[in-house]
Amino acid sequence: MSQHFISVEGLKRQFPGTDKAVFEDLWFGMEKGEFVCIIGHSGCGKTTVLNILAGLDKPSAGAIIFDGKAVEGPSLDRAVVFQSHALMPWMSVLDNVLFAVQSRWPDWPKAKAVEHARKYIAMVGLSGAEAKKPSQLSGGMKQRVGIARALSIEPKTLLMDEPFSALDALTRGTLQDEVLRIRAATNLTVFMITHDVDEAILLADRIVLMTNGPGARIAEILVNTLPKDRTRETLHQQADYYPIRNHLLDFLVRRSKAFTPPAGWDARKPPHVQVGGTAGAAYSRSVAAAGAE
Amino acid sequence: MRLSFRLRAAILSVALLAAFLAAWQLGTMGGGAASDIDPEYAKLMGQTAVTGKSAMPGPLDVGKVLWNHIADPFYYKGPNDQGIGTQLAYSILRVGIGFGLAVIVAVPLGFLIGLSPLFRKALDPFIQVMRPVSPLAWMPLALYTIKDSNISAVFVIFICSIWPMLVNTAFAVANVRKEWLNVARTLEVGTFRKIFRVILPAAAPTILTGMRISVSIAWLVIVAAEMLVGGTGIGYFVWNEWNNLSIANVINAILFIGVIGMLLDQLLGFLTRLVTYPE
Repeated sequence: MSQHFISVEGLKRQFPGTDKAVFEDLWFGMEKGEFVCIIGHSGCGKTTVLNILAGLDKPSAGAIIFDGKAVEGPSLDRAVVFQSHALMPWMSVLDNVLFAVQSRWPDWPKAKAVEHARKYIAMVGLSGAEAKKPSQLSGGMKQRVGIARALSIEPKTLLMDEPFSALDALTRGTLQDEVLRIRAATNLTVFMITHDVDEAILLADRIVLMTNGPGARIAEILVNTLPKDRTRETLHQQADYYPIRNHLLDFLVRRSKAFTPPAGWDARKPPHVQVGGTAGAAYSRSVAAAGAE
Repeated sequence: MRLSFRLRAAILSVALLAAFLAAWQLGTMGGGAASDIDPEYAKLMGQTAVTGKSAMPGPLDVGKVLWNHIADPFYYKGPNDQGIGTQLAYSILRVGIGFGLAVIVAVPLGFLIGLSPLFRKALDPFIQVMRPVSPLAWMPLALYTIKDSNISAVFVIFICSIWPMLVNTAFAVANVRKEWLNVARTLEVGTFRKIFRVILPAAAPTILTGMRISVSIAWLVIVAAEMLVGGTGIGYFVWNEWNNLSIANVINAILFIGVIGMLLDQLLGFLTRLVTYPE
């Protein structure tokens, strides 16, 4: 069953003192090098799924198999980018990244670790800010450091918990570009939570749609059919962009609440959905025509 | 021209001080000779009764004594008459030792309580009962068991310094931001590295604040403790001068106690700022 790189199998989490699980019977797999976004309303347990994947929380039932082994606790193989950046305010930018590098390779000489940390600070475009304290950085720069720290340990996978939700739209855009670029360069496996439909369409290969909690489930998994080399600038010109976007919005607004498993539903195999193609092209043509009138 | 805020505050301070000194001088000056007193009685009673002059020394008298203390702070004229600098040094030494021992005990113990909910729950009743006890109440027990008045005074300082540091350390350690601990967990950081690189720096400002409260309390308590154990120290000096009826010396001692207390507080305040991190 676990031939996937990451395999979520029958995951359930119920917090003590509550009579209903936040989510239950979650099944999905992720392949190596894949970028998967999970989308759903607040309270559906997205962050809990990520925390269990990170090893910071334990499921009430089910398991996650990562690279052939059950996730039992946190691991340097799975780096986390936290929503609130979670930088240590008493450490400089360099020390924050160095702390991670030295956790990964405790035996490295200091000079080698510093050089390694600098490389990743440069990768997120923060060369020159190494000596600054987090309080001296803007929100976007802080999250860049958070990303550099996560990448510096050269993990097998990157887990991102709404990493850009606290940022303004412009900063968010540049950081999304940054993530696209880094991901193209490293081919990392990424699991990311987001609220932002456009962010999911831009970044993800597949988008996992969760219904509302409590008792949240995976309703379907949307396969992103837009070309791999999509960019933020040209995203909205793609023929299938609006159909995909509308499909996602429709799910969030309407279907996530009203979801009831249809006959013959198998939680182990949530349906994979593709939106667009000819239907999508026709839709965007009609949008263009409406705009031209 | 508008004067800066600081300058205006300074001018006001000086004016208040001058007004206070003037009122003090007037209040203790007395009002000339009282003629209708029997000369024999006047001779017996001295100036106080004759001129209406108060036994309370005026600012000039106190100033004169103050100058003598500053000019020769470390004189030695027998065990009962030593310079105020020597006495203050004894007190500072006792506070230093008692406070230092308290740091060594309270900070690690506070870490243990902060890190272990079991220990927190188990030790809480003891702390709650022991904390409100006046440190001087320990004095007889200390004198009986230690049998040395000097060490007993240090012990009393130790006891009174422990609680604020212990409580603050435990609180700070228990309330280190979850996200920083999660970062350490995802990086598989070992226990000791986590304590020294994450928890200690995160908790340091609160721990230092606890130390600052402790040192203030210790300085309050040392005066009372030395009044009891006697021999040396600024507390003993105050009581000794009271027995000598030298109110000018008592007022001087109050002044010095205040200044040293302020300096101790500022030292700890400076150290707190060193470890405080802006978020």
